Amino acid sequence: MIARRLAASFVAAALVAGCGAEWNDPYPAADRGKNILYSSFVDRPKTLDPARSYTADEWSFIQQVYEPPLQYHYLKRPYELIPQAAAEMPRPRLLDAEGRELAPDAPASEVAFSEYEIRIRPGILYQPHPALATDAAGKPLYLALPEDEIRRKYTLADFPHTGTRELVAEDYVYQIKRLAHPRVNAPIFGHMSGYIVGLKALAARLQAENERLMEAHAARYGKADPGAPWIDLREYPLAGVEVVDRYTYRVRIRGLYPQFVYWLATPFFAPMPVEADRFYSQRGMNDGRNLTLDWWPIGTGPYMLTENNPNARMALDRNPNFRGEPYPSEGEPADRAAGLLADAGKRAPFVDRVVYTREKEGIPYWNKFLQGYYDQSGISSDNFDHAVRVDLEGEASLTPEMAARGIQLRTSVGTSTFYLAFNFLDPVVGGPSERARKLRQAVSIAVDWEEFISIFQNGRGIPGMGPIPPGIFGHREGEAGINPVVYDWVDGAPRRKPIEAAKKLLAEAGYPDGRDAATGQPLVLHLDTVQRGPGDKPRLDWYRRQFQKLAIELELRTSDWNRFQEKVRSGNTQLFFLGWNADYPDPENFLFLLNGPQSRAKTGGENAANYRNPEYDRLFERMKNIANGPERQALIDEMLRIARADAPWAWGFHPKDYGLAHAWLKNVKPNQMARNGLKFYRIDTIEREQRRAEWNRPTLWPIALAAALLVAAVAPAVVAYRRRERAAARTA
Amino acid sequence: MPVVLPTDCAVWLLVAAAVAFALHVRRHEHLAAPWQRVARSASGMSALTVLAAFVLVGLLDSLHFRPQLEGRDRTGEAVYAVEVRSVLDQLVLPLKTRSERTYSAPLATHAYSKETAELPGGGMARDYPRLRYGGAHLADPHERDRDVALTVARGLLLAAAIMALGTWIGAAVVGRRHGASTAAAWRAIRRGETAFPWRAILLTKAALLAVALPAALLAANYHVLGTDKVGQDVLYLALKSIRTGLVIGTVTTLVMLPFAVLLGITAGYFKGWIDDLIQYLYTTINSIPAVLLIAAAVLMMQVYVDKHPELFPTTAQRADFRLLMLCAILGVTTWTGLARLLRGEALKLRELEYIQAAHAFGVRHARVITRHILPNVMHIVLITLVMDFSGLVLAEAVLSYVGVGVDPSMISFGTMINAARLEMAREPMVWWSLAAAFAFMFVLVLAANLFADAVRDAFDPRVRVGAAPALRAGGAG
Amino acid sequence: MLAYIVRRCLYAVPILIGVNLITFALFFVVNTPEDMARMQLGAKRVTPDAIEKWKAERGYDRPLLWNGARAGAARLTDTIFFEKSVRLFAFDFGNADDGRSIGHEIRTRMWPSLALAIPSFLVGLAVYVSCALVLAFFRATYLDFWGVVLCVAMMSVSALFYIIGGQFLVSKLWGLVPISGYQPGPDAVKFLVLPVLIALVAGFGAEVRLFRTFFLEEMGKDYVRTARAKGLAETAVLFGHVLKNGAIPILTGVVAAIPKLFLGSLVAESFFGIPGLGSYTIDAIQAQDFAVVRSMVFLGSVLTILGYLLADLSYTLVDPRVRFE
Repeated sequence: MIARRLAASFVAAALVAGCGAEWNDPYPAADRGKNILYSSFVDRPKTLDPARSYTADEWSFIQQVYEPPLQYHYLKRPYELIPQAAAEMPRPRLLDAEGRELAPDAPASEVAFSEYEIRIRPGILYQPHPALATDAAGKPLYLALPEDEIRRKYTLADFPHTGTRELVAEDYVYQIKRLAHPRVNAPIFGHMSGYIVGLKALAARLQAENERLMEAHAARYGKADPGAPWIDLREYPLAGVEVVDRYTYRVRIRGLYPQFVYWLATPFFAPMPVEADRFYSQRGMNDGRNLTLDWWPIGTGPYMLTENNPNARMALDRNPNFRGEPYPSEGEPADRAAGLLADAGKRAPFVDRVVYTREKEGIPYWNKFLQGYYDQSGISSDNFDHAVRVDLEGEASLTPEMAARGIQLRTSVGTSTFYLAFNFLDPVVGGPSERARKLRQAVSIAVDWEEFISIFQNGRGIPGMGPIPPGIFGHREGEAGINPVVYDWVDGAPRRKPIEAAKKLLAEAGYPDGRDAATGQPLVLHLDTVQRGPGDKPRLDWYRRQFQKLAIELELRTSDWNRFQEKVRSGNTQLFFLGWNADYPDPENFLFLLNGPQSRAKTGGENAANYRNPEYDRLFERMKNIANGPERQALIDEMLRIARADAPWAWGFHPKDYGLAHAWLKNVKPNQMARNGLKFYRIDTIEREQRRAEWNRPTLWPIALAAALLVAAVAPAVVAYRRRERAAARTA
Repeated sequence: MPVVLPTDCAVWLLVAAAVAFALHVRRHEHLAAPWQRVARSASGMSALTVLAAFVLVGLLDSLHFRPQLEGRDRTGEAVYAVEVRSVLDQLVLPLKTRSERTYSAPLATHAYSKETAELPGGGMARDYPRLRYGGAHLADPHERDRDVALTVARGLLLAAAIMALGTWIGAAVVGRRHGASTAAAWRAIRRGETAFPWRAILLTKAALLAVALPAALLAANYHVLGTDKVGQDVLYLALKSIRTGLVIGTVTTLVMLPFAVLLGITAGYFKGWIDDLIQYLYTTINSIPAVLLIAAAVLMMQVYVDKHPELFPTTAQRADFRLLMLCAILGVTTWTGLARLLRGEALKLRELEYIQAAHAFGVRHARVITRHILPNVMHIVLITLVMDFSGLVLAEAVLSYVGVGVDPSMISFGTMINAARLEMAREPMVWWSLAAAFAFMFVLVLAANLFADAVRDAFDPRVRVGAAPALRAGGAG
Repeated sequence: MLAYIVRRCLYAVPILIGVNLITFALFFVVNTPEDMARMQLGAKRVTPDAIEKWKAERGYDRPLLWNGARAGAARLTDTIFFEKSVRLFAFDFGNADDGRSIGHEIRTRMWPSLALAIPSFLVGLAVYVSCALVLAFFRATYLDFWGVVLCVAMMSVSALFYIIGGQFLVSKLWGLVPISGYQPGPDAVKFLVLPVLIALVAGFGAEVRLFRTFFLEEMGKDYVRTARAKGLAETAVLFGHVLKNGAIPILTGVVAAIPKLFLGSLVAESFFGIPGLGSYTIDAIQAQDFAVVRSMVFLGSVLTILGYLLADLSYTLVDPRVRFE
């Protein structure tokens, strides 16, 4: 009885759910057919504050909202910087110690400062935001709210009025000052304070001021109170950064730092209106309701964040005040054929709304993509290892089923590198000794990255010949670019040296057949890895098998990310696997990973392998400040030669970034350096509706079958019951 | 060189305890009676037969050693490999070592996905390459079906022969014992008329052999259950998972028993402040959501392992320590249910006249407890043990999903399911890992459940022991 | 009765203190404040300075249990334990390490959890009880035998298989419901059908078998035999006596479980992408967010204790022989 009712309610529920054509549509029926892009995210963003965020996942939200002065060209490769909010590309003025201007090609030793003057376009407006709301007299509405009123607000939508104003140079300067703010904890502060004149001094002043304020605050509200009084950064001058006029500001850099322009394309240098900082600093805003810059960005970009529920859904809406940006009209040669130039010159953005749904499990994510409920499926390089879930076979090709559905595959070699590092401080594998070097070289040959790529990356990656990935200056194609320690050039292609070569090197290192020649004991190496979950097992097995080829026993030490980081930091490792995602497309950003003075264990730098070679370090100092050209190429070639011979890394591979997109999503081109391409996406909503309906016809026979089974199960019981009742009645 | 891992110790300790217990029971008529009832249950004995097969695999996998390497070191001592192997590994060495590059379907001769290969005459082609080992003995892969059919037939024949011999011996033994002829005994067995369910056991054995022997013969040349992502034989993984499951199911109770028995009986027997204290202890532990408690404890243990790498020089030792600790943690979090039952029982027992009388005679408490209370609650302990087993095996999978299960380098049903979960999303789908884990786990747990039912029915059908609350919380939907 | 309830609530206090001490000890050994800071601050270019600031900002720069540097009561109160744990007793959960109010989060996430848990619970109870009754009614027949066999078989399958298989068949192959996700309001139905169904199937074997033994036990009792001997129809016996009395152990078990419904299901919620308390807890474990885990442990303990209290109260309601001590 109950079972039957249950079946009926199941059918009814299914009918309610499926008032449209598709029963399995995870979105509200009211949104059907609208110009909405559907995407997903895995990890909840920790912060959307442009001065704090430093992960690609977060930047994929931030870069739609904030507009730094510069950006990367959407289509051109190698990556090219172009103005975004800036009126034109800034050119550094070189100054000597006395402030006299030098010729642009002055030697690095003479240059004391470089000065960048950035002019922004007039007329750019901020998104509508309560912080900018004013009354009729132009007085701000929400910048001095009583506390009890704030306590009734939970999202920005709770403020009835919004306002906007023009973007000015002051806003950019304000943000740069925020990098030194003691409460912001900008991750690049340490790095930038070495370059931007006066940043360190500003930080010290702000620190003192902050302590004074916090003490007073604690005296009034108690130490645990989450509110903190606002510091108006406009009152604290920053020596190296000044506002020239309403639309122009100037940044003074210590010495030569040609890579600085790349930083100008990151959110760290996006504008921040002082009103927003003040608005969010009001007491009560931060108290558990997250009315902070971490959660509610304010920018001039094409989109604005309107829904922020990081457990389930985030949504971006078109910024009504956005000026519009023409779609690029030139690109790589192949772009025209791929239809990427069809919209050239049209005013972006094209999509009205972007809905990001949280998707933690890989299977639902991939299946929803196949059902057409996600418009694209991609993998961010941050969680490359654990996000590779979707699957295609072979290299950069789609299965016939995929192709038949019109799914497009876009690949590009990423600006990142994954490597197996040898800790240079380790007594067995580290150090400049011949014995350790040969051991490292032998291991480099044995670890077959081609196989790793084909098994774990599904062919999406290219084995590394050095730290510099293709598409970055300094990388060489062809025979000149191979790593002669590991590869031979055979028939016009690199071929990994045979395992016999590795065995020979191992014997020369004093470990014939994987046994220490001196003691006869087998050689054991330790590999530290991060344990992400039980799904790691195949990867761990694979590592072990690579070393078995040399009869080396590999012991795996898995630990959580914190512990792993700690071990790397203290130099308490032997071998470990790590990745680097470029901050900017310049060889310096890869070669510095091997720079001795930036050793992780000694100075807390990014040289996690703690590699040190004086000659390499000397060349690095020369290489880092000169412009791309033959001289730089020669220096890089020499540095690579040294590093390859020393083999502090088994060079690993450069993952290919790839994106799968449905046929109705136009203008998709993966871009490793920037994530602000959303404004150029266009959706053919009619095609999407058709395809979704076609792919998601519900199969109804299982319901009928279930109902029939239930009847079949219940019927004999009912019959038997009747019979028994009748029998009882008769005997009674 | 033999290596004794801590869980091996625990396992063999358990075996010793079980043997000692069995001998003890044999000598005492009143203790043996319920076991005889168990022995008469057809489903219970069939289940036990299946369990015995699993336990055999598990025990073989609990004898570890380090194989000797060729040559000697400078002092003339033998040199041993670092890798730790079990007897099971040695028996199925080909399964362990013959790994393919990546996925291959059960009994396949070709890889599961296309690869680019160089043609002999130059040029490239994409095709399904032959496997390194799977069906490598076949000159023509099209002969595979015939070869498989022949091998299966051979296996079945062998199974039939062994069964015939076994049955004949069995019938002879039964006949001898009952003073009847072998033929008469055979008839009784065939009709299921023997008191001891010979028919059910023989049928179960026949079924086991009919599956195992053809599989074993096939495994010599094929990957019977396919291979996983890095080309490991799935059959090997499934066999290795058995030990992990058994260890979790049994060693946990070994850890839990002293807590539960000691504290439960003490609380019920002494009453007063001791009872209050122990009740407080287990109510506190009980009211913490079990999965959270387990997660916290496992993470803590993980930190300890990370901070003391010198204590666990090899991966095997680390994984083993983690398994042992997981058992301990599960034990510490699940003892409360049994303790509560025992406390209630002890409360009842202490009021009985003969125990009151013992008190009056000034018998020491320790003696009263060991002599009078303990034997009278043993059946509850036993029933809990067998009932908890299946719940624990299932819990391992869920805990692995949450990320607080066994070491990722350890083969277990949980790690298999978790890896296989993602494979279901592949196109075309890789189903065999999941199917293998499902089948092995299902048979093991089903047999355990059936056996537990038989034990409970024989001892005290009225004792209601559900799965430990900890596991239910984790297992619920 | 009121006095009894009050006394029981007072008993709960030392238990909750114990719970707090245990979780505090466990998690601080696992995760020093420094670890938490690194976790939150990310991987790239983190300076020790930034970590100190993070700790100070969130009050983790104090000693754990005893602050010798302060005087008087502040020695005890100006510590991490006091600040972070004692406030829980006032259900003041504070903020998560990522800055969000835990109380607010719990209040919003409670609803999806309940939306999944209550239907699973109610439908489950109805189906299990009726199936168990049917089996008890047909005891010692083939229906009963095969029913029990089915139950044991269903018990022997890991819940993970039900979820994986259910998602694969119902959502992927047949396209009947969305694979995962959640929408509040009436739209929630289509997301909940599958998880509820799977919860029903996953619990079926164990529960039906358990309930069946309750009913059988009741049927074996003398008064039932008497009633039957008097010539009462089997249905009247079944519903009039067996169901009523057999339901007592079911009821008390069930009542104890009700408060826990709030906590949601860890595994189902994360598989189906339901933003409830279960997935909140899993996220917190994985992100090692101590503040959230501690709050959830506390909440879970309170609810468990509440469940015990309700169970004991319900005993007295259905069985007047039991008195409050």
